[in-house]
Amino acid sequence: MKIIVPIKQVPETSNVSMDPETGTMIRDGVESIINPLDLYAIEESVKLKEEHGGEILVISMGPSKAEMAIREAISMGCDDGILLSNKEFAGSDTLATSYTLSQSIKKFNPYDLIICGERATDGDTGQVGPGIAAWLDIPFTTYVSKIKEVNENSMIVQRMVETGYEILEIETPCLLTVVKEINYPRLPSMRGKLLAKKKEIKTWGPDDIEAKRDYLGLEGSPTRVVKISKPKVSRGGEILMPKNESELDKAVDGLIEYLQKKEII
Amino acid sequence: MSYKDVWVLSEQEDGKIKLVSYELLTRGRFLADKRNVKLVAIILGKSIDKEGLQELIYRGADKVIVIEDTSLEYFLPEPYANTVTSLIQKYNPEIIIASATTTGRTVMPAVAIKCITGLTADCTDLDIEEETGNLIQTRPAIGGNILATIMTPKYRPQMATVRPHSNKPLVPDNSRTGDIIYEKVDKSILKSRIKKLEFKINQDEDANIQDADVVISGGKGLKKEDNFQMIHDIAALLDGSVGASREAVDLKWATYPHQVGLSGKTVSPKFYMAVGISGSVQHLAGIKTAENIVAINSDPEAQIFQVADYGIVADLFEVLPVLTKKLEALKQ
Ligand SMILES: Cc1cc2nc3c(=O)[nH]c(=O)nc-3n(C[C@H](O)[C@H](O)[C@H](O)COP(=O)(O)OP(=O)(O)OC[C@H]3O[C@@H](n4cnc5c(N)ncnc54)[C@H](O)[C@@H]3O)c2cc1C
Ligand SMILES: Cc1cc2nc3c(=O)[nH]c(=O)nc-3n(C[C@H](O)[C@H](O)[C@H](O)COP(=O)(O)OP(=O)(O)OC[C@H]3O[C@@H](n4cnc5c(N)ncnc54)[C@H](O)[C@@H]3O)c2cc1C
Repeated sequence: MKIIVPIKQVPETSNVSMDPETGTMIRDGVESIINPLDLYAIEESVKLKEEHGGEILVISMGPSKAEMAIREAISMGCDDGILLSNKEFAGSDTLATSYTLSQSIKKFNPYDLIICGERATDGDTGQVGPGIAAWLDIPFTTYVSKIKEVNENSMIVQRMVETGYEILEIETPCLLTVVKEINYPRLPSMRGKLLAKKKEIKTWGPDDIEAKRDYLGLEGSPTRVVKISKPKVSRGGEILMPKNESELDKAVDGLIEYLQKKEII
Repeated sequence: MSYKDVWVLSEQEDGKIKLVSYELLTRGRFLADKRNVKLVAIILGKSIDKEGLQELIYRGADKVIVIEDTSLEYFLPEPYANTVTSLIQKYNPEIIIASATTTGRTVMPAVAIKCITGLTADCTDLDIEEETGNLIQTRPAIGGNILATIMTPKYRPQMATVRPHSNKPLVPDNSRTGDIIYEKVDKSILKSRIKKLEFKINQDEDANIQDADVVISGGKGLKKEDNFQMIHDIAALLDGSVGASREAVDLKWATYPHQVGLSGKTVSPKFYMAVGISGSVQHLAGIKTAENIVAINSDPEAQIFQVADYGIVADLFEVLPVLTKKLEALKQ
């Protein structure tokens, strides 16, 4: 199987601090990591390779340091990587990002499968995966929590939706976005780390992927982030400290009034 | 080209219109009124309940466009995306919004690409800019740490998905009138390279906490498994679902699908209650978009109080029995 895994490098945001003045993220000393949800895409591709043979290519669009993310994916068992990095790619929204990624993927035709993460923890749209599939005009599905069967020209997958699970048969080549229920990502092996260190990672620009300039970067992006603000973190709520039984009783009455006021009961 | 009207993409299951679609009409009505244009509901399915279609009008739509075909019985990305795209190309709406459900978040990105336009994900607020008439889209990003305001000034239609349960449906107004139009699309665009073989309903319905309006969560402060039943009792009284901190899940008081937080689920209920939960950053990451947060914890310094709208600093074993009793009394 030939599998392509698009991965995004993101800032480590589990403990993010924000500038209260500007509402922007304080990036000093913030580590860049592989989008945590892409680890599941990487793991699934490595598992498929172990079972069915083949090769895995990772692609990342981003600044030159995104090469680190590609090396880390290789240390987990991916074979090769391409970095899409160029000032013309900067400022891409999901339309431009998915266009750029799809153009690079065309260079690797024929492939069997593209696996994306469910969403990136920074931009958080989950739109790039379906977008790539639309540009490439290949079948796709989202929220995949299990790959049940891989056949000659199709695969059977389980998709998680609000009320349960769909079992779908999807023709290949196809694109899947996977959720974290699908597997437990492995840690890089020693051998993998050595391989990753030595690997030559190519950097491609617009010409290498025969991109139409109109569709790239900020220029090719219909959406504009016009303002960033900080949601109020401290809600400044009413905190009661009942000292005795009757105060406690009042505090609970207050809670019930609150529920009634908010139309929860 | 001239673009006109506001569209909402409605959803159905087994021919019944889903509640999220009525919620979405509230948003659409607000935008259509501000733009002084019509609100059009689009609905795809096989054989859609007539009363439900009428209710779309009662709850805010001026017009309903229905496309019925066996291949549209349930959601499949290709026929759905192709159908919506062909309608957009025929009518040129100015704005199209869908619910940020697994369906909306799957079909809309594909439609946006086909129409070469912008799409803003998972909005919590939508408005119209006075001067330009452009859609102002607000959404949380970076794990809920920021609110981003996004515009699509030069491309049409402007597209957005809207977080489910972020507003209420309008009260039906039976005096409202509007056309319900059945459209046909070319059969060739209804082909699907995906087949649905089976659907398995979640046995543990209660585990759908990401969609719940009310989530009652318990943490390590409950001390032992038996006590966790108190969380279930309160959840039942409030028609809510049960959530848990990772500590509670690690201790096997609740199963993983109930875990709220960074490595669990993100919930955005109308009401979230944290009982015996300290409020670690990882836990808070999962509840940032909850509308109302109530905390019960014996430690006045517990982080959870920072995000609480209402908090009681007390022993949960004293608070919960009183709360349960009062809620039971109210139910009768
Ligand atoms: C605060 C903020 C809000 C934004 N809101 C929007 C918006 O509403 N609409 C919009 O169009 N753009 C938006 N953007 C821009 C958007 O973040 C970028 O387009 C970004 O390049 C991709 O989107 P994402 O981070 O949402 O990725 P997602 O779509 O969430 O990523 C899904 C998957 O796609 C793959 N992928 C994503 N990006 C890359 C990449 N660069 N290289 C390789 N693989 C990748 C990964 O497999 C990933 O798991 C926003 C940006 C910011 C900073
Ligand atoms: C990478 C990573 C991911 C993580 N992901 C998650 C996640 O998704 N979700 C998550 O929840 N955690 C997550 N965690 C764990 C997180 O850091 C905390 O350890 C966890 O949330 C704590 O759970 P807790 O609040 O139940 O327990 P504790 O922190 O032990 O808090 C128990 C609370 O109960 C209170 N209490 C005790 N007795 C009583 C009483 N009688 N009455 C009232 N209150 C009482 C205490 O004051 C205390 O505040 C993650 C951690 C890491 C490192």
